[in-house]
Amino acid sequence: MSMILEARVWKFPDNINTDLIIPSGSIYLSAAEQAKLAFKANRPGWVDDMRPGDIIVAGKNFGMGSSRPAARSLKMLGVGCVIAESINGLFFRNSINYAFPAMECPGVMALFNEGDVAQVNFHDGAVRNLTAGKSITAKALPAKLLDLLQAGGIYPLLEQKGIIEPQT
Amino acid sequence: MGMTITEKILARKSGQAKVSPGDLVTVGVDTVVFVDTMFVPTRWRKIKKLDHPERVVVVLDHRAPVPDRQGAATHKIAREFVDQYGIERFHDIGYDQGISHQVVADHAYALPGSLLVCSDSHTGSAGVFNCLARGVGVPDVFYAATLGETWFIVGETIRYDLSGRLPRAVTMKDAFLQIAGRYGDHTNTNVEYGGSALAHLSISARKTLTTMSTELSADFAIFDPDDVMCEWIRARRPDAFECFYPDADAKYKAVRQVDLGALQPLVAYPDSVVENSQPVAAAAGTRIDQAFVGSCANGTLEDLALTAEVVRGKRVDKRVRFIVTPASQAVYRAASEAGIISTLANAGVVVTNATCGACGGTHMGVLGENETCITSSTRNFKGRMGETSARIFMGSPATVAASAIRGVITDPREFLQ
Repeated sequence: MSMILEARVWKFPDNINTDLIIPSGSIYLSAAEQAKLAFKANRPGWVDDMRPGDIIVAGKNFGMGSSRPAARSLKMLGVGCVIAESINGLFFRNSINYAFPAMECPGVMALFNEGDVAQVNFHDGAVRNLTAGKSITAKALPAKLLDLLQAGGIYPLLEQKGIIEPQT
Repeated sequence: MGMTITEKILARKSGQAKVSPGDLVTVGVDTVVFVDTMFVPTRWRKIKKLDHPERVVVVLDHRAPVPDRQGAATHKIAREFVDQYGIERFHDIGYDQGISHQVVADHAYALPGSLLVCSDSHTGSAGVFNCLARGVGVPDVFYAATLGETWFIVGETIRYDLSGRLPRAVTMKDAFLQIAGRYGDHTNTNVEYGGSALAHLSISARKTLTTMSTELSADFAIFDPDDVMCEWIRARRPDAFECFYPDADAKYKAVRQVDLGALQPLVAYPDSVVENSQPVAAAAGTRIDQAFVGSCANGTLEDLALTAEVVRGKRVDKRVRFIVTPASQAVYRAASEAGIISTLANAGVVVTNATCGACGGTHMGVLGENETCITSSTRNFKGRMGETSARIFMGSPATVAASAIRGVITDPREFLQ
């Protein structure tokens, strides 16, 4: 998986919770069906407007709340990555678990306007606004976690070890 | 420089003399709790190798008893897993049923200094027992249960020193709303609670604070140990344990004082728990359709007793559905023996069996379009308890009960003088 991403930016405010990404009552839907409900309550229609590869830039405390696999939904939609002022620890774990890139980057909300084109390098943490010609540095992931993310997250690892059965 | 409680336990569990904020540590896990949401057919991965079933606890809680066929399929998978590996600590529908975090407390599954993970986000609840506990992802639970370890990035710690005594009609939910309102989110930060107020705080009261710390986005939430805590554990299991205290020269991101005696009843307004608290008076008079006391935050015997104290001899407003859900069947039985269940029922409260229930918005109290609810549960997010147009206020069980009687949001001090 390439860890240098380049795409247009969508901006989301502080405190986006996982109930907004995976609404209550959708637990029995397939991952693909669940993904289509993302931000239905706070930004209806967004899932149809976004294009695969697009990048979410968000305020502080992104992904607060439940352990539901919100990162899996964003990955399923094709979102390239999340770059946020700060990221809830449980959402961050799930981003690694499901191999969905996410990085904290203080100052990122001021760096971008919605629709700008971002280039994000997960190897060195560089976050560039290609539209405005400005850049800042994110908190790069520890090498071990970046390796796990690039290897596809936890499930492939456990499957290779023969510990869990592949999903049928 | 010394260490905080969280740093000390992470150091012990990772086999190091010292850990510091920013470190990525691999730690041994003592207890792994599987809740029913793990076993949803689209999520579950059959485990082929589980060397230590004695590490595992299985609790069917989110939708229990199940209201539909998908739920039935989910619980069936859980029972097959329990049978396959002979898991003894299994909490099925029945005598030992309850919300996992209450079950952990009822049975003292979380020992001081131990490490416990579960895929429910409110797992930090067990921090009340000086145990390092937190919610992780479903994949993390598979990993920890089968390989016996997991990873954490060590965060900085904020310490709260609690002093004073709660005034009448003010609870630890109000203390939480005060912290959440004033300080906002604690993302990437651990919280540590202690102080002279512990002498007056029961385990149940403290547990509201550790459970709700999830809503601060805290990583770990943990209390200083004391005799009350040790006695709670010893009354429930014989195992030896070691308590962990912070070093005198521990380095904190901040140390904050909270005088419980200066608090008043608060509510969080709809859609966000943090940065959203107001005195109950600000929302007083708002019409409600539903009131809820329950969840891992406020479904204890004390919460039910306080609710009963408010509604005793009165009748719930005709326009209000007041639902009370004990956090475990053990709580239900104790409330029944104390006459609390009949007091509630006589007032027109609907008392359900123990489950997460209305808190999760999927059964037993789902909100309709444009309805207003006041709840003592864990979250007031948009759509959390039903329709996205519904409004959810959050307050203490006393505030919820007072509001249910009047039919409008009401200061509980009008009932509890």
